[in-house]
Amino acid sequence: MLRIFFAAPGRSIGRAAVGVLLASLLAASANEAQTSTRGEIPRLSDGRPDFNGIWRAIGNHHWDIEPHLARPALAMQEGPVVPVPANEVLALGAVGSVPSGYGIVEGGGIPYLPEALAVRDENRERWLERDPEIKCYLPGVPRANYMHLPFQIFHSESKFFIAYEYAGAVRDILFEDPGPPEVDSWMGQSYGTWEGDTFVVRVTGQLDQTWFDRAGNHHSWEMVVTERWTMLGPDHVMYEATIEDPATFSRPWTIRVPLYRDIDPNARLGQFKCVPFVEELMYGELRKNPIRTPER
Amino acid sequence: MRTHRIPPLVAAAALLLGPAIALAQTGDGPVPRTPDGKPDLQGNWSNATMTMVQRPQGLAKVLTPEQVAAMEGERQEFIEERSQDSDPNREAPPVGGEYTGNPLFDAASGGTGGYNLFYIDAGDRVARWRGEPRSSLITIPEDGRIPGLTTAGREHAAAVAATRGEAEPYDNPENRPLAERCMLSFGSNAGPPMLPNYFYNNNYTIVQTPDHVMIMTEMVHDVRVIPIGAKPDLPDDYRPWFGVSWGHWEGDTFVIETTNISPEQLAYYGQIYGGGVGNPIITERLTRVSENSLEYEFMIEDPETYTSAYGGQVPFIRLPERVYEYACHEANYALFNVLSGARAQEREATGGNEDR
Repeated sequence: MLRIFFAAPGRSIGRAAVGVLLASLLAASANEAQTSTRGEIPRLSDGRPDFNGIWRAIGNHHWDIEPHLARPALAMQEGPVVPVPANEVLALGAVGSVPSGYGIVEGGGIPYLPEALAVRDENRERWLERDPEIKCYLPGVPRANYMHLPFQIFHSESKFFIAYEYAGAVRDILFEDPGPPEVDSWMGQSYGTWEGDTFVVRVTGQLDQTWFDRAGNHHSWEMVVTERWTMLGPDHVMYEATIEDPATFSRPWTIRVPLYRDIDPNARLGQFKCVPFVEELMYGELRKNPIRTPER
Repeated sequence: MRTHRIPPLVAAAALLLGPAIALAQTGDGPVPRTPDGKPDLQGNWSNATMTMVQRPQGLAKVLTPEQVAAMEGERQEFIEERSQDSDPNREAPPVGGEYTGNPLFDAASGGTGGYNLFYIDAGDRVARWRGEPRSSLITIPEDGRIPGLTTAGREHAAAVAATRGEAEPYDNPENRPLAERCMLSFGSNAGPPMLPNYFYNNNYTIVQTPDHVMIMTEMVHDVRVIPIGAKPDLPDDYRPWFGVSWGHWEGDTFVIETTNISPEQLAYYGQIYGGGVGNPIITERLTRVSENSLEYEFMIEDPETYTSAYGGQVPFIRLPERVYEYACHEANYALFNVLSGARAQEREATGGNEDR
């Protein structure tokens, strides 16, 4: 356990800091004790935790980051007795059903302002038209980190780069403060600093068109995401993201989700370049000879 | 990014006295290394250049100082002319567009002013390999040209052309080029081989760890992941975009080998892959030679398609700037407009006038 706290070679720890750490150790929860049994975290030559590897979240957070029960489908229509899956997704049967999830939002729910909550509900109602994932658009942050597909971190003493399998999205997390973003973008601008062994990334300059999940949860262009990446052991990262967006939420709120390393020695990041997969959906009606009849 | 022009006298001196002088003139530094002692390939790089992939007829491998001055001077004049403020009172371009005669610019603007020079960064210098100004990026074979096709290669190329001829180019999204569909970077930007697109954003980000090299191409954020180690055991029909790559160090050179490139990519980059009848093996060599320079060499072996192997040398210059997000598909109005424009033309031709 001591090694976890003191294992950063090349960095001196003052007496006061040692006192704080000892206090932390004495107060360590059972959870932290379990953490230490997972093994030492790998480190780079500069003593920083080594985040290299293929990582993924496990769970159903990508469907809905709030606590939710399983439901028949994301797109529904009125039925004679209860709502039933919408025609557009009916053929998928149970494959198109939403699995339950306990949520990853601290405190359970997202603190929407009333008008933003109404937009969320409308998004949910019109999911098929509005979810950017359906059109294979870049996912934004934090959504990219807990989707159903993994991502690979390339981490060296001078770079921290994330390549996501979904849509080939990328983030180059800058180690030097770039100042305010010069232009808004889908994946935003990321600037990372270290707080001890935690990599803290401030993400700004994101467009307002990305969502948090498939359940219509949204934000404005003012959103600032502060991510905290902490290795719990060689194969586990605790990922936290605090969302600040006064145009959408009544207060900052935080998500927390563990990430797991793909320990298969043959693991490779797959490609999910999904643009060609959605061409029929997006442009099919513009074919010279459309293969489906326009709806309505 | 645009590189600054070097006065001809300095360029000539660098040419005569060799790379050491060139380094001194540009203030270039020694090869940085990673903590494990390997040359550090990391950072942002550009391979923008005026030097074309294949050697134009009549030129030798190495350009004379006069040829360099003429080529770069002409490009500079074009850049300066096109960088002038637009006349706010200018008329609309004539029906059918107004072409400048410059193929680069006309391809970008379609004669309608679609892109002005602000958006274009096609390179304003010829490629210099160890101080030698080059007339082509291809150096093997000696004539600087892609070798001829084998009989099988010709037959395959003809078959691909015939398949494409079944549909008009505007009938379906799948008939449009991969770049226009935002599926892959332009030209053979991501490769392999990684070549300039002669248009814009010829930029790359490289990250290196003890067991991986990752190369991201700015265009369409194409990522190549190259694990260091043996060739992975994958079936021949596992054909991802950019193929399956693996790498190793040979002294200070990082060598990448690639096979199993997607057939769609092979067919699309017809000039580079000859239509891709087979499964080419591409070998790339990356050597950092100074603070600001990375030497990139490639070799394509595809005996089913080409009568001989071919390869080339491309200088990568350090890009002291950030690489920005090239989100393409998310606002691909072009593909929508190309297809809907074709449908509108068809309705006009048949006298129909209903809106779509």
